[in-house]
Amino acid sequence: MKMTKTINMKKAIHISMVIIASVAIMSCSNTNSPNYQYMPNMYKPVGYETYGQYDIFENEMEAKLPANGSIPRGWMPYEYENSTAGLELARTELKMTLPVTEENLAKGAQLYEIYCAVCHGTKGDGQGILMQREKFLGIPSYADPGRNITEGSIYHVQMFGLNAMGSYASQTNELERWQITQHVLNLKAALKGEAGLIVETMGENAVDNLPQLIESAEDTVVVDAVDN
Amino acid sequence: MIKVKFRNLPTQLSLLLLALLLTFSTTTYAQEDMAAATTETAPAAGEGDAAAGKTLFNANCAACHKLYKKGVGPALFGVGDKYDKEWLYKWIRNSQDFIKSGDPQAIAVFEANNQSVMTAFPALSDTDIDNIIAYTYTPKPEPTVAVTGATGGGGGEGNGPTNNIILAALALIFLLLVVMLVLVNKTLRRIAEANGVEYEVSEKRPPIWKAFVQNQFLVFVTSIFLLLASGYFAYGWMMQVGVDQGYAPVQPIHYSHKIHAGDNLIDCNYCHSSARKSKHSGIPSLNVCMNCHKMISEYNGEEDVEKGYTKEFYTNEIKKLYDAVGWDENTQSYTGEEKPVKWVRIHNLPDFAYFNHSQHVTVAGIACQTCHGPVEEMEIMSQFSPLTMGWCITCHRETNVDLKGNEYYKKIHEELSKKYGVDQLTIAQMGGLECGKCHY
Repeated sequence: MKMTKTINMKKAIHISMVIIASVAIMSCSNTNSPNYQYMPNMYKPVGYETYGQYDIFENEMEAKLPANGSIPRGWMPYEYENSTAGLELARTELKMTLPVTEENLAKGAQLYEIYCAVCHGTKGDGQGILMQREKFLGIPSYADPGRNITEGSIYHVQMFGLNAMGSYASQTNELERWQITQHVLNLKAALKGEAGLIVETMGENAVDNLPQLIESAEDTVVVDAVDN
Repeated sequence: MIKVKFRNLPTQLSLLLLALLLTFSTTTYAQEDMAAATTETAPAAGEGDAAAGKTLFNANCAACHKLYKKGVGPALFGVGDKYDKEWLYKWIRNSQDFIKSGDPQAIAVFEANNQSVMTAFPALSDTDIDNIIAYTYTPKPEPTVAVTGATGGGGGEGNGPTNNIILAALALIFLLLVVMLVLVNKTLRRIAEANGVEYEVSEKRPPIWKAFVQNQFLVFVTSIFLLLASGYFAYGWMMQVGVDQGYAPVQPIHYSHKIHAGDNLIDCNYCHSSARKSKHSGIPSLNVCMNCHKMISEYNGEEDVEKGYTKEFYTNEIKKLYDAVGWDENTQSYTGEEKPVKWVRIHNLPDFAYFNHSQHVTVAGIACQTCHGPVEEMEIMSQFSPLTMGWCITCHRETNVDLKGNEYYKKIHEELSKKYGVDQLTIAQMGGLECGKCHY
């Protein structure tokens, strides 16, 4: 009775070694599949989860294009078409209505760092990191004499892209594109050695000016600081 | 000396095997540096300085034109043969005016390229343009496939074969050692017997396990130890259920965060643009990839041949993207035949926990790396943090609220600071531990 109950010390060592080894193996081998859960029905949502995989959808993907004709909240129609003629029209006609404020400029600079600076460079001289690493070539400076960059053309190009540059309409909203436009105008002025945009003091006019823009900025939260 | 008869051999064996296992589970090999063979470009035909032309070409033309294949504009290899020099001067300086002047060839070129307008370059002089034309005669460099093929040697399959060979060799050596030990022992014993040496015969002691059983104190201590140890392991095992730390699934396209965010310093928000303003950080749709990969169709960066990450490997992954998004490289246009890319989601909170990215990214200003780890160093994306409730709460207890420029919370911040008698409020003191904040 006693003999069967107690385990030989050596055996115990062996057994514990096997356990340690198997734990070690188990912890290494399963990085390719998610772990099991205690109560999966508490973990898995009843509804369709963002980016989930469900049989009911085409290709089993929950992520889909919005239905034709649907409009994002705060979206305003953009009347210039994606063509050379549209660009030229926007270049001369399209004017910025967003008031130039410290806040807008700061936000514009921050967004510019995220989306534009990798190619166009922090100063707008076309010397971004992708240019320096020769992933992209021939990115012009904003002060390039062959290009007449205006507020309208800056916005239009963000909207539809131009030549090798793609559209940024899916990553930014209308307000953000105008904020970036303000920053680009300032960069262009700085490159040419001219004076930048004049910052308006936050008068009541500025706020009332564009209720729809402020509406579309409902998700834009006050930013702490601008790093550049 | 000889009386020890490999009593410990099984223990030693298992120890050694364990050591072997641990050694080889993490074996990495020193990387073989691969000398990149650079082919010198032959001097160009025709007049003009090709070297100066290259600089000019890269600065002005390369945004749209490539030498050997179509970019936004047509391929420019040997463009000087196709058109007259004077014609090219006019075209490059201001193609639109040239077209308007009614030059039939100019109109033909304009029509042949989907009427896309070429930027005017009035600043380029005749010699500048001559230099650029000279550069366009640079022959295509020979691909350096042979070099990678030689050293790579089935690198795509990993280094399984070499690993196995080394393992087998080591096992063989080990076996030989054991056999030798036995033989030496036998011989020594025989010599001892032949010489009449009397080696001590161990007196009959009770077997060790019996001695062990008789020592009640030892039994007690051992059982306590075993209980504690098993409790420790059982606890560890139960606590990792439902935690996916280290989960690194194979994705349909091998996307390297190391190359994009690490080497090229692309901001996380560039692709995950909705992290700034929505609950989800967003898996970028393929149009975001194509913002850059319309132009970048092949990989020319560093290689890791050991792991199979060669230039061909990466270029092939870009082709997978083209295949999925329906991009025809030859015509530089979308075919409209799209295939879904089924990315495998890595970070997934249980349904009963609410997490909002924008709240952390935009309001709190927390760097992505705080939770996601050094993503810019990850060749294969994996889950860095455990994403358990304890992990969330620890951070909420330790992190101070940054209220700089956030007037909205100024009053409540002051009142709460007074209440708790502190200068800096933590998230927890602001109510960041309330159940309903995350569970509802």
